[in-house]
Amino acid sequence: MTTQSVPAPAALNREAPSLGGFNVTVLRLEIRRLLRNRRTVIFALIFPVVFFLAFGLNKAYASDRYGHGNVSAYVMIAMALYGAVLATTSGGAMVSIERAAGWSRQLRLTPLSPVAYIVIKMLTAMVLGLASIVAVFAVGGLTGKPSMPMYLWIVSAASVWIGSLVFAAFGLFMGYLLPTENVMQFLGLGLALLAFAGGLFIPLSQFPHILQDIAQWTPLYGLNELVHAPLLGVGVHWTWAVNAVAWLVIFAGGAVWRFRKDTARV
Amino acid sequence: MADERGRRPAAGSQPAAVALRGVRKNFGSVQAVKDIDLDVSSGEIVAFLGPNGAGKTSTIDIILGLSQPTAGTADVFGMPPRHAITRGLVSAVLQTGGLLKDFTVRETAEYTASLFVRPRPVDEALNRAGITGIADRRVGKCSGGEQQRLRFAMALLPDPELLILDEPTTGMDVEGRRGFWGAIRQDTARGRTVLFATHYLEEADAYADRIILLRHGQIVADGTSSEVKAMAAGRTVRATLPDPDQARLSAIPGADSVEVRGDTVLIHSSDSDAVARYLLTSTPARDLEINTRGLEDAFIALTSDDSDTSAGGSR
Repeated sequence: MTTQSVPAPAALNREAPSLGGFNVTVLRLEIRRLLRNRRTVIFALIFPVVFFLAFGLNKAYASDRYGHGNVSAYVMIAMALYGAVLATTSGGAMVSIERAAGWSRQLRLTPLSPVAYIVIKMLTAMVLGLASIVAVFAVGGLTGKPSMPMYLWIVSAASVWIGSLVFAAFGLFMGYLLPTENVMQFLGLGLALLAFAGGLFIPLSQFPHILQDIAQWTPLYGLNELVHAPLLGVGVHWTWAVNAVAWLVIFAGGAVWRFRKDTARV
Repeated sequence: MADERGRRPAAGSQPAAVALRGVRKNFGSVQAVKDIDLDVSSGEIVAFLGPNGAGKTSTIDIILGLSQPTAGTADVFGMPPRHAITRGLVSAVLQTGGLLKDFTVRETAEYTASLFVRPRPVDEALNRAGITGIADRRVGKCSGGEQQRLRFAMALLPDPELLILDEPTTGMDVEGRRGFWGAIRQDTARGRTVLFATHYLEEADAYADRIILLRHGQIVADGTSSEVKAMAAGRTVRATLPDPDQARLSAIPGADSVEVRGDTVLIHSSDSDAVARYLLTSTPARDLEINTRGLEDAFIALTSDDSDTSAGGSR
């Protein structure tokens, strides 16, 4: 190694990218690719809109006052949450497909850092989640049935969006856990069950007591209560927040744990 | 044959493109790479030649930082492999790297280019890989050869000083193979260092100016293409010689390996005439025969399980 003491010539004097390679081009291409996937679009954008049209337009719902708005608005928020959760989970779970395809290994030949990769996946998932919320709210607005003050449209949409971060972490965790290209076939079913348990489709008060007690521990319960709090004009109960934060910690912790294992594997 | 003099760069011009020191890689109880020392200088075109399981891919993975050596150190341009990758100094076309089916060819290249600080233009890389015509095609609809050319285009994007290719033409037909190497050859005219793994002797012969023969995770021969070829393709001189003295026979100029079976000696040599002349004039040898082995046979002999490890590289 007599050559090691020699300073590197100009050709070798290159820079590494800042932010671990994170950039807007990658984000744009990822979102374009996500929207190209028909199954993802159906899950994230079509399902929640169809559910809203099926469950949210009952005549009585539009006339029944509920909190600061009406029942139709309540259903719309619930369906936006369901859509956002499906969208962010799909987005996060993309890592499973990319690992199965060997793309993650290909990316290790580039400057992209594992953390930057995760941030890109999370942001992509959140953009798809936002698209889902906008789709449900836009269709809701067009039907003219949901009614609530303008600020509540914005506040409700924003809280659904922020809340769906929990499920972007869930999607990542599952994406690293399940080594399959068809990860969303499992997760779609699982999310439907969680949505029932969280009271997104049927109010929990209609469940037997024992089921209600169990439901309060499931990951969509806290979020569902939180995102409806502004509409209902009720204070935030601490158990809701604890539920949401605890599940965020569990999912994010699980994702970090699997992710570390994955990058350490050689 | 381990002599590398003459291929070293002008002293001190820059650190070695690749420097491996005592690199070992174990997978459980299996030793995939056994204490390899290797220097590749800038501008060299080096072939890792060996059968499957010789340790080619394991060594390449270590050079790229995709796996950590069990023991020893790997430096690329005097820095850890991962640093060389983030600076775009080294790139690779691997067998294992996957592509995403729902990106187009151009999108895949754009994605890759965006990650480097000063990439070459995407169109230029696609053009040099010969895939400009299919730029808007989905990767999932591309043939294996087209996908391999895309991987090559991606590897060109950082304009690397060192390009590593792991069995790049596996699965291609003759035509595809020729086209691929044509593109590589045009590219290497620019002075890039290239290291490629292959189990095709003729690929190593045609495209490398230095061939490193690997077997069971060890370097069994290292030399210019013609040196290795001469060694591999030499002749065997067989003679009957009572009480042969192996050490003395090994000292015959041009004798690469000496095998003694009772009164019979087998001397492998790239200069069989000299060996024959010596045997007939300076020893009581008789019944002398000279046999040629084909290049392919010689390669198999050098890298197969039952040949003596030291036979090739000891002289």
